Amino acid sequence: MRAPDNPVFAKGDVLLAVDNVSLGFGGVKALTDVSFDIRKGEIRAIIGPNGAGKTSMLNCINGFYYPTEGRITFKGVKRPKMRPHEAARGGIARTFQNVALFKSMSTLDNIMAGRSIKMRSNFFWQLFRHGPAMKEEVEHRRFVEEIIDFLEIQHIRKAPVGKLPYGLQKRVELGRALAMEPELLLLDEPMAGMNLEEKEDMSRFILEVNQQYGTTIALIEHDMGVVMDLSDRVVVLEYGRKIADGTPQEVKSDKRVIDAYLGVAH
Amino acid sequence: MLYREAGQFKTSYVADSAIFPLRQDRIGLGLIIVAAYALAFIGNSFLLQAVMIPFLVFSLASIGLNILTGYTGLLSLGTGAFMGVGAYACYKLMTAFPEVNVIVWILMSGFFSAAIGALFGLPSLRIKGFYLAVATLAAQFFLQWCFIRIPWLVNYNVSGALDAPLRTLFGTPIMGPNATPQTRYLVVLTIVILLTWLASNLVHGRIGRMWIAIRDMDLAAELMGIRPLQTKLLAFAVSSYYCGVAGALLVFLWYGGAEYDVFNINQSFFILFMVIIGGLGSLIGSFFGAALIFILPIVLGIVLPAMLSPFGISVGADVIEHLRFMIVGALIIFFLIVEPHGLARLWQIGKQKLLVWPFPY
Repeated sequence: MRAPDNPVFAKGDVLLAVDNVSLGFGGVKALTDVSFDIRKGEIRAIIGPNGAGKTSMLNCINGFYYPTEGRITFKGVKRPKMRPHEAARGGIARTFQNVALFKSMSTLDNIMAGRSIKMRSNFFWQLFRHGPAMKEEVEHRRFVEEIIDFLEIQHIRKAPVGKLPYGLQKRVELGRALAMEPELLLLDEPMAGMNLEEKEDMSRFILEVNQQYGTTIALIEHDMGVVMDLSDRVVVLEYGRKIADGTPQEVKSDKRVIDAYLGVAH
Repeated sequence: MLYREAGQFKTSYVADSAIFPLRQDRIGLGLIIVAAYALAFIGNSFLLQAVMIPFLVFSLASIGLNILTGYTGLLSLGTGAFMGVGAYACYKLMTAFPEVNVIVWILMSGFFSAAIGALFGLPSLRIKGFYLAVATLAAQFFLQWCFIRIPWLVNYNVSGALDAPLRTLFGTPIMGPNATPQTRYLVVLTIVILLTWLASNLVHGRIGRMWIAIRDMDLAAELMGIRPLQTKLLAFAVSSYYCGVAGALLVFLWYGGAEYDVFNINQSFFILFMVIIGGLGSLIGSFFGAALIFILPIVLGIVLPAMLSPFGISVGADVIEHLRFMIVGALIIFFLIVEPHGLARLWQIGKQKLLVWPFPY
């Protein structure tokens, strides 16, 4: 796997900027005036109590929702209103809070499906499963096998994912997102419902993806230990507003964050 | 003991991603194809005309609907109408250009129903499930209305019916009153094998994965850059192509002539039942479904009187008819309870069991 090389964006440049974004559904305000940025090559955590608007934020970033106010700038360009598949082609991949795999397909096919946008051979060759279609299939299979090796899921390569245990499903979902060779990887609670060992494995994979391939990662997580260890910078949301932004140390000692998590004495 | 995976090692990704990775499966498939061709020479004309030709035609239509409903998860009740478009298009083409070989027109006619199918597939971006089924019902009624009301489609034939003109291939009549069941069976068989092979290539490659992705989790699919509209419309087009060709075969190589009402809503349901009982998302299931729903009643019609006569029970044809319906109905319910995923899943489980036999796993 290669890191997507884009010389314009060296490590440390702003990859994605969220400026004064608000999102409302009728009378309900999910996000109010949120601004932060994600820099190239970093692991950015988005945390906050339940209902703080973390998932809504991710949904704005990958095009499920369009912010009612404010703007999102990706790779230096203000994003127009777009559909999720356009965001995906732009280089944003994502995993879900509740695993959203293609249940009837095998692990291999799930990850291969993640390569769909990279495949070019036309309908005619697909019909005959020959020539360019087969060559491409093998080429991408090679890439997918690298991901499978990387995530240590060789033994479940041909198993239908619907029957796999939860921890492995999460891993396959990460594999599927990696298959897109994203520039920005959004992870929505990658460790929810995992035991300690599975969390350790997942943390290792996240760090390796970040370090080996230079993929920028934005993750939502509730396990504070994991967040503090993994992330370079943390943004904290509460009731749709940003209440803190900074390194894990700064955030940990921020009075408003402590209040949000532990409650305020009245 | 003969059915084992042992000793067959894959040394390349091409071999590993083969559609039939097991040598025994490939041999079995070869034998079935040889037997199907041999049947043309040993089977009598009743078997070919009344059993095998319709079985193959319905299998092809089921494959068409299976691509849409089974693989892409879009429920359609317009199958009958899309078959009709194929049949009428084929009629217009072969009467307008009689010098071109009719096989070409049969295969071309599918493109007309593909276009119509894609058009009626447009609502699928916004609606799914039962609501989409109702939207495709519009196609069923509108197209059937066209078949009745536009006499141009039947070349202003006063009877309003389609009839199969005499057409030949290498000097042998393959269509029309002079064509023997044997030649028609061979033509249908060849077309069905060819199209099944192409469908199998499609569903095992990138396009098939995109279809299944849309079916299993459309939001996640869209998030991976799969364009939902294009993918769904492609499924509608390919599905309708198969239905269209099946419709042309049905009228011109099986019935030899037909009116608009063979393409009514009952035909759509008939094909849908075949797909559900055969197994959604399985090509071989399409054949199983067609066999169970079409061939089983015929077999029962022959076997039942023979089974009852040794007991001195002689029953009228009407009673046999009723018994047939009851038994087929009961079997459908039985199969759906035993395996809701259709006969294809039973087949798969059976093969899996055979692989490890005599051990349980």
